[in-house]
Amino acid sequence: MVMTATRPESSGAVRPTLVDGDIHTTFASSAIAKKYLATRWHEYYDQYGKFGYQGFTYPKDTPNAARHDAFPPEGGPPGSSLPFLREQLLDEWGIDLAINNPLTHSQLNRNPGFSEALCQAINDWQLAEWTEPEPRVKASITVPAEYGEAAAREIDRLGPNPNYVQVLMSIRTVEPLGRPKYWPIYEAAERHGLPIGIHFGGHGGHPITGTGAPSYYFEYHSGMSQSFQSQVISFIYEGVFERFPNLKMVMIEGGFAWLPPLAWRLDSHWKRLRRDLPHLTRLPSEVIHDHIWLTTQPMEEPDRPEHFVELLEQGNLYDRLMFATDYPHWDFDAPSDALPKIKLPDGFEQKLFFENALGFYRLPDVYQRPVTSR
Amino acid sequence: MTTQRVIDADVHCTVPNARALFPYLSEYWIETIEQTGFNGATDNYYPNGSALSARPGSVPESGPAGSNLDLLRSQVLDAQNVELAILNCAYAVDGVKNPYGAAAMASAANDWISAEWLEKEPRLRASIVVPSHYPDLAVKEIDRVGGHPGFVQVFLPGRSERPYGNRRYFPIFEAIVRHDLVAGIQFGGAPGVPPTASGWPTYYAEEAVGMSHVFQTQLTSLIAEGTFAEFPDLRVTMVEGGWTWLPSLMWRMDKNWKALRREIPWTTMAPSDYIREHVRFTTQPVDAPANPKHLRQIVDQLGSDDLLMYSTDYPHWHAEEPESILSIALSEERIQKIMSENARAWYRLT
Repeated sequence: MVMTATRPESSGAVRPTLVDGDIHTTFASSAIAKKYLATRWHEYYDQYGKFGYQGFTYPKDTPNAARHDAFPPEGGPPGSSLPFLREQLLDEWGIDLAINNPLTHSQLNRNPGFSEALCQAINDWQLAEWTEPEPRVKASITVPAEYGEAAAREIDRLGPNPNYVQVLMSIRTVEPLGRPKYWPIYEAAERHGLPIGIHFGGHGGHPITGTGAPSYYFEYHSGMSQSFQSQVISFIYEGVFERFPNLKMVMIEGGFAWLPPLAWRLDSHWKRLRRDLPHLTRLPSEVIHDHIWLTTQPMEEPDRPEHFVELLEQGNLYDRLMFATDYPHWDFDAPSDALPKIKLPDGFEQKLFFENALGFYRLPDVYQRPVTSR
Repeated sequence: MTTQRVIDADVHCTVPNARALFPYLSEYWIETIEQTGFNGATDNYYPNGSALSARPGSVPESGPAGSNLDLLRSQVLDAQNVELAILNCAYAVDGVKNPYGAAAMASAANDWISAEWLEKEPRLRASIVVPSHYPDLAVKEIDRVGGHPGFVQVFLPGRSERPYGNRRYFPIFEAIVRHDLVAGIQFGGAPGVPPTASGWPTYYAEEAVGMSHVFQTQLTSLIAEGTFAEFPDLRVTMVEGGWTWLPSLMWRMDKNWKALRREIPWTTMAPSDYIREHVRFTTQPVDAPANPKHLRQIVDQLGSDDLLMYSTDYPHWHAEEPESILSIALSEERIQKIMSENARAWYRLT
C-alpha cells in the first residue's frame, strides 16, 4: 500500500492519528504583541525592536518565505489567524495535534532584557490566543537562548503547564550549542521532562557556513543542514547527553539524510581522537540514537525511492522521525504527498505520523476531535 | 593488494620549518625571518602529536611526520607498490595575512616541493601551494609554476574566507583550467572565520569532524554560484573530506534546485549531475558504517563508479587498513577503478 495520511472520519474522543511536528504562528500586529509584552518594553519595541546581526540579507523565494495562498483573508501575515489555520491546515488535512514553533528567534535581538521579555510575551500569547481556544495546537517555550540563566527562569515559569510540550531554540547561535553557556537551558528542560526542539534559522552573527558567507538563498537554504551537522557534533563531543542523560532533542526542518554518515564519522574520529575527548564514555552513534529525534520536512527525496528505504535502515531512523508540514512556509509538505511512492517498512507510517510524536512529546493519548466541515 | 595497480591520490609532505625554505626565499624574507622570529605559515590543520596527524612509525628522527622522503618511499610507495602518488603540502599560507609574505612562502614551498620531492622521486606528482586568499597573487603563482610537468593540481584549503564559488575566486579557476590543472580542495584552512555557522567549537575533534560539512558547503557554492557553468572544463578533487555524506547532499541540492533555480539560472543541470561530471573524491577518510552493506548502498547511491580515487592520506591515520573496508563492500571491478583507473583518467596520468 502506498501510504498517505487520510482525513479521519470520526469525531469526538479519539486517539490522535496525525501529529504535525512543525507549524508556525506569528503576531498579527504590533498591537497584539504589545498586549503581551511588559509595558516597560513598549517604547523599545517601537523604536529599536529586533536589533540583531547585520550583513546577511538574501532575497527569499517568496514573501515571508510563505505559501502564496497562506495570507489570511482578514489581513495580517501568514500564520497570524487561528480561523485560517484551522481551515487551511488543521481541518484541511485532519491534523489532530500540531506543535507550534513561533520563529521570533531570541538571537535576532541582541538586547538581553528585551530578548527575555519578548520570549515571555510570545509564550503567554501562544497559550492565550492559540492553545486555549484550539487544543489541537500545542505550545513551545521560546527562550532567550544566549542568556542561559534567563532561559532557565522562563522554562521554570512555564514548564509545569502541560500545554507547553518543548523548549524551542534555533540552529544558528553565537556559540556551538554544546558549550557550557547553554547548559542551564538543558538542565531546566531535563528538570521539567521537556525535550529541546531546535529549528532551522536564527542568527549568531556568523556566516551561515563554516567558510564565510555565500551569495544566494539557495546556498543559505541548502546550507542549513550543515548548521545542523555542526550542532550535533557539538552536542555529542561536548558530552551534553552524558551530562544530562534524560535530555531528548528534536532537530526541526533540518532534513535527516545527513545524520547516518555524520554518526559514522563521529564514531571513527572518536576512536582516533579519544585523548581530545576523555569525557566521552559512549559510542557517538549510540548516543545519537538514544537522544536525537528529527522532523521530516524537508522530506528527503532521492531520485530513486528505494534509496529512501536504505536511508531509514542505515540510520535506524524508524522510531525517531516525526512528520511535519512546516505550514505556512513555501516548502510545505502535505501529509498525502510527503513520502516516496514505494513500499515502506511495516508500521513505519504509523510511527512517522503519530506514534513517534506521542511517545516523544507529552501529548494526550485521547483528545476531542472536532466535527469539521471537511 | 600488492599485485594491484595503485595510484595514491593523497599523500602529504610537511615543510619542517621556515629555515628549510631559505634556499628558495628572497633576502628580504630571510632577513625578516631572522630578525623578527616570524616562522612562516605556522597555523596547523593537524596537531603535531595527534594520532590523526601521524600514523605509528611515520615520525622521522628529525622533523615532523611527512617531512622525510625515504619514509614515504618505504611506508607507502614501495610498501603498496604505488605507481604514482599525488603529493599535497598543507602549508597554511592562507593563515599569513600579509599578502606578500603569503605569496613568498607559497613560492618557496613550491620550489622546495619541486627540488626536494619531485626531482628526487619520479613516482610523485604534486599540488601547487597558493595564497588562495589573494586570488590575483594565487594566479601569478599558478602561472609561474603551472607549466612544470610535476604539478598536476592546485591546493585550495577546505576552509576559505568566502565559499569558493564566490566570483572573487573565478580568476583562480580560470588559471587552473588554462594550465590544464585540477583544483584540489583539501582538509584544513586558516581563513580566520569560524569553522561553523555558530562560531568556534571547543575541541579539535569537532573541527576535524566538521570539515565534512565545510566540504558540503564548498560543493554547494561551486554549483550554485555558477563556477562550473563559467568554466566547463574545470575538474575539482575533494581531498580528505570524506564522501559517505555525498548522496545526502545530492538529494538536498537537487530538491532545492527544483524549487529555487530561478535564483541561480546559470545552473542548468541538476546539482548531482554537475558533481558527477566535475568532481572526484579521495577515499580517506572512509568514515565507514559498521555494516558493509550500508557502504555498498552509499557507493550505489553516488550514481557513478568514476567518483572515488584511492588515497592513503599518509602520514595521517584514519583507519588501520583503509582499503580492506572497501574491498569487503565492493566488487572487483569497482575496486580496480577506485585503486587506480579513476585517478589515472582524472589527472591524465600516463
